[in-house]
Amino acid sequence: MRAILAAVLLVLTCPLANAASGGELTVAAAADLSLALQPIVSNFQRQTGNTVRLSFGSSGDFTNQIQNGAPYDVFLSADLGYPQKLVKLGLADTGSLRTYAIGRLVLWVPRDSKLEIEHKGMQALVDPAVHKIAIANPQHAPYGRAAVAALRHFQLYDKLAGKLVLGENVGQAAQFVESGNAQLGIIALAHALAPSVRTLGRYWLVPTDSYPPLQQGVVILSHSQKKTLAGQFVEFLSNEQSQAIFRQFGFVAPAGGH
Amino acid sequence: MDWQSFFLTVKLALLVTVILLALGLPIAYWITYSRRRWKFLVEAVVGMPLVLPPTVLGFYILLALGSRSPLGRWWESLTGHTLAFTFGALVIGSVIYSLPFTVQPLAAGFATVDAKLVAASATLGASGLRTFWRVILPLSISALLTAVALTFAHTMGEFGVVLMVGGNIPGITRTVSIDIYDQVQATNYASANQTALVLLAISFVALSLVYALNRRVWAIWPWR
Repeated sequence: MRAILAAVLLVLTCPLANAASGGELTVAAAADLSLALQPIVSNFQRQTGNTVRLSFGSSGDFTNQIQNGAPYDVFLSADLGYPQKLVKLGLADTGSLRTYAIGRLVLWVPRDSKLEIEHKGMQALVDPAVHKIAIANPQHAPYGRAAVAALRHFQLYDKLAGKLVLGENVGQAAQFVESGNAQLGIIALAHALAPSVRTLGRYWLVPTDSYPPLQQGVVILSHSQKKTLAGQFVEFLSNEQSQAIFRQFGFVAPAGGH
Repeated sequence: MDWQSFFLTVKLALLVTVILLALGLPIAYWITYSRRRWKFLVEAVVGMPLVLPPTVLGFYILLALGSRSPLGRWWESLTGHTLAFTFGALVIGSVIYSLPFTVQPLAAGFATVDAKLVAASATLGASGLRTFWRVILPLSISALLTAVALTFAHTMGEFGVVLMVGGNIPGITRTVSIDIYDQVQATNYASANQTALVLLAISFVALSLVYALNRRVWAIWPWR
């Protein structure tokens, strides 16, 4: 009995002993980072001995939660607007805001689709076989706004507005296409490159001059008790190793670099 | 306040309530009076939307409507377009989602009708249908009103299924609850609050009506 108790105590105290060797950071991250951020965080944990707890979700949801006291230390948004808003509200440190990566927009079709997006590019959108085009909701999703901007740039928006269906995020937009309910989607390159999605479809990169850059911003939240560690983590996102991982997962390094 | 999505939702809720009454009355009657051994299976299927997450229903409905499913292909060959992202898709989804809210109050109501009255009606030569309309239904009128109010209110507030199969098209599939969600996502709290208050008021009125009628605060037929 005593041996069992000792074993239980040992198991219970083990994580405590572990945590004592470094700090623990709670990070809220936009859902489009769910793949790229994992290896970056593993590197950070291994190289610094700190622990990072990651929550993935929509940037809008996180902004709402932070306004209502959610206990995150760092917030990695899918755009600049939400972090700027938090800075303005005094909920995030003014000096901490910076762009850590830039997203890219792609046309996406199922693998067996007859649409030749690789040759036709944006003109594939006006193919008569396209009845529905799935995008993320431009009202709150950055990639949705970029998709609308690109459609306007190519003067296709008025012609195609009636065919647009809105997913809550690029993931749902891709699912509309994957399930055969929409013929084409305009989604994030990061999503099209995800291992689970990569084999299901083909993509074509939308020219970057047709939509405002999808800058993704990071901030340190004002109520954080671990500002030093948070600053260290934000700094880590800009190092060469992390930026290489971002590139691998479909992001572009911010101009000028940090 | 986005009145377009509000009226769209009211239209959806009214249509779904009418369809579910037409479907729910015979199903509830069968559940109450059938002596089949496998009746419990039908009851389980009817009750499933109560316990299933709406996302599960929405996910399967979207797969079933898509051009990768036989059902979706059949509909496409018939009409030339897929059913997802149309008002029809919302009606189908809502009928499935709200089915137990019609059938269960009705079946519970029918079960409380005195079997002697039903038997008396039959011995006086009334057909099963006539007995239903003249004896069973009038005696279950509060159950009927409960079913109508719950079905309407439940469809008004539907979110998950619509989110999964609607595609958020203004005037066609953007319902009030989706509109509220989008407003909150975009941090337009004032606008979200207005719409949410209207839904809150409607739910309160609908449920007050149900409980008042069941407690017989008012006689249901005051003119009798």
